[in-house]
Amino acid sequence: MSSRTGEPPVDSNVSAARATGSVPLLELRDLRLDLPVNGELKRVLHDVSLEVFPGEAFGLVGESGSGKSLTARSIARLLPRGAVSSGEIRFDGESVMDLSGSALRRHRIGAVSMIFQDPRAHTNPVRSIGDFLTEVLVKELGVPASEARRRAVQTLGEVGIADGERRLRQYPHELSGGMLQRVMIACALLAEPRLILADEPTTALDVITQSEVIAILDELRRERGLALLFITHDLELAAAVCDRSAVMYAGSIVELQTSQQLNNEPLHPYSAALMAARPSVDVTSRRLAAISGRPLSAFETPFGCAFAGRCPHRQPRCVETAQELRAVAGGLVRCCRAEELRGLLTVGEEAEVQTRA
Amino acid sequence: MHEQVISAEGLRKVFIARGASAGDGKIVAVDDISFMVSDGGSLAIVGESGSGKTTVARMLVGLTRPTAGRIVIAGQDRTKPCKRSSKRQARGRDIQIVFQDPYSSLDPRQTAAQSIEEVLKLHFSLSRADRADRVQRLAGQVGLDERQVGARPRALSGGQRQRVAIARALAAEPKALVLDESVASLDVSIQAQILNLLADIREQTRISYVFISHDLAVVRQVADHVLVMQHGRAVESGSTEQILGSPEHPYTKLLRSSVPGRGWKPARRNARQA
Ligand SMILES: Nc1ncnc2c1ncn2[C@@H]1O[C@H](COP(=O)(O)OP(=O)(O)OP(=O)(O)O)[C@@H](O)[C@H]1O
Ligand SMILES: Nc1ncnc2c1ncn2[C@@H]1O[C@H](COP(=O)(O)OP(=O)(O)OP(=O)(O)O)[C@@H](O)[C@H]1O
Ligand SMILES: [Mg+2]
Ligand SMILES: [Mg+2]
Repeated sequence: MSSRTGEPPVDSNVSAARATGSVPLLELRDLRLDLPVNGELKRVLHDVSLEVFPGEAFGLVGESGSGKSLTARSIARLLPRGAVSSGEIRFDGESVMDLSGSALRRHRIGAVSMIFQDPRAHTNPVRSIGDFLTEVLVKELGVPASEARRRAVQTLGEVGIADGERRLRQYPHELSGGMLQRVMIACALLAEPRLILADEPTTALDVITQSEVIAILDELRRERGLALLFITHDLELAAAVCDRSAVMYAGSIVELQTSQQLNNEPLHPYSAALMAARPSVDVTSRRLAAISGRPLSAFETPFGCAFAGRCPHRQPRCVETAQELRAVAGGLVRCCRAEELRGLLTVGEEAEVQTRA
Repeated sequence: MHEQVISAEGLRKVFIARGASAGDGKIVAVDDISFMVSDGGSLAIVGESGSGKTTVARMLVGLTRPTAGRIVIAGQDRTKPCKRSSKRQARGRDIQIVFQDPYSSLDPRQTAAQSIEEVLKLHFSLSRADRADRVQRLAGQVGLDERQVGARPRALSGGQRQRVAIARALAAEPKALVLDESVASLDVSIQAQILNLLADIREQTRISYVFISHDLAVVRQVADHVLVMQHGRAVESGSTEQILGSPEHPYTKLLRSSVPGRGWKPARRNARQA
């Protein structure tokens, strides 16, 4: 197994993709992001590092407000005004941190496409779906208009919108939430990017349509080596779709694992607590196991572990020592007690299942 | 005794499509949908994307006028959207909605606190201090902190916006609440907190819910009854246990078996039909 210098020593699981000898398509190293809040810069991302390989689906899960969307937006260089970032973002070996002008446009068109979390906020209400879908093809890629419309209709068909011709003449408010989300997906696919930043791309889709959309993405990954950064709150979906996943909490990655392993044996107490909060489609629980205490914004995090204040396994050293992302049991985890807690984190969940009615 | 808080009878909605030539220009978005929700009851509407769920929700709260059918809410005929603002205000105490896309339903110029406060001002005569207390309490209940409460929608994450919209709807203390895909952008722990909160409010106030969701595990948790829609029609309805436990209609069966989990295999449309 090849391991380049400077990387944390990890064993087979997490570096499975690396073992094939391929180089990462996307590389984030110690990405930090500060945003202005009431005239003051506040930290929203702390040293986020991850890699996505060609053909890989990489999952990003975690707390609402933990920085998943901003991580994706950093990669597409679509950040709010006044944002200050540092660290490294490399796409295909080249830094995208200081891209501007036509190089930045090329990056956003041929290299990465973003499927936004809130499609209605990212479409123009007075422009037709047809214009929205064909604009990049016609204006940036020089595809003739009629050919662009033909491709748009075909791609809409693939994401389950059958009457594409008519839909192209419609406006965003005339489409249902899930249809507009599929228009977003079609738009990302039409540009034929090498990496899709998919920010909760299927939340507005019924599970049948969701399965169809995932099948298309899987096919493109296999056939064209499309890479996927997949943000989702559906942990089962992440486990089924993604090769590896990272769990974010308060602006940091607290765990990075193969998705299977994360699902079966989470290493970080936050990940485990998150898994335990899932509702089940088979059993009604009297009360769902929400994590007690309040979520923390990234800039409020104390020294040491950001989750310590809510963690049932907290010890004094958790807040006395800096918590680094370390290799444990084939994954990476930011918890000084990870080894001793192995196997103990999911016990509570099982006990809970047994008491369910 | 259970009273019917919401009664919908034979709802139908036909949209006339823009720029379409005569004939193909009609979209039957909702076709003969009927249901009732009693006080303290909770109905889930699930089904295909584009099957008319949001259109039903909009008709319930008077934002879309039904082509046919009748809506009665808390004893009042609410079939027609209300024009007078006093009527609209009264309706706001009866039924509230949390929209599928919170970004476009929140005023971009208002902070979260202002938008919650606006609802309180409209429906209750409270002192400034009491109002501020109430805003803090609602924000806390949906897990928003002080900075987030003072932020405008632009500076909030997707799930934070969704929680502002939930707090805003709860602020009116309505008799019925329509939640359109309202917990979809929340991580499962915050989602659990919100679902527990909704359950508590239901127990304490006997509020009724119409819960639109693609997440069948969430549906199992919040609803007593489920209505399954496809192409504008109801294909199956019954108790949650019955619909999720032993679905009968082929569409419901396929829906149930498409939930991601062990052994889940994504399938292309054509592949499935073949
Ligand atoms: N323009 C902005 N100015 C200031 N703070 C912001 C801005 N945009 C986002 N934030 C804050 O940054 C944090 C991370 O936001 P982000 O949208 O990345 O969260 P997320 O993980 O995608 O959450 P969700 O799952 O709810 O969508 C949040 O706490 C949010 O309030
Ligand atoms: N204002 C409108 N003008 C024309 N057609 C409309 C309008 N609003 C909705 N429709 C159409 O009505 C149908 C039902 O839409 P609706 O939004 O009710 O679906 P939905 O079940 O909520 O779907 P989703 O799960 O994707 O949100 C769709 O075909 C949609 O395009
Ligand atoms: Mg987000
Ligand atoms: Mg809808």
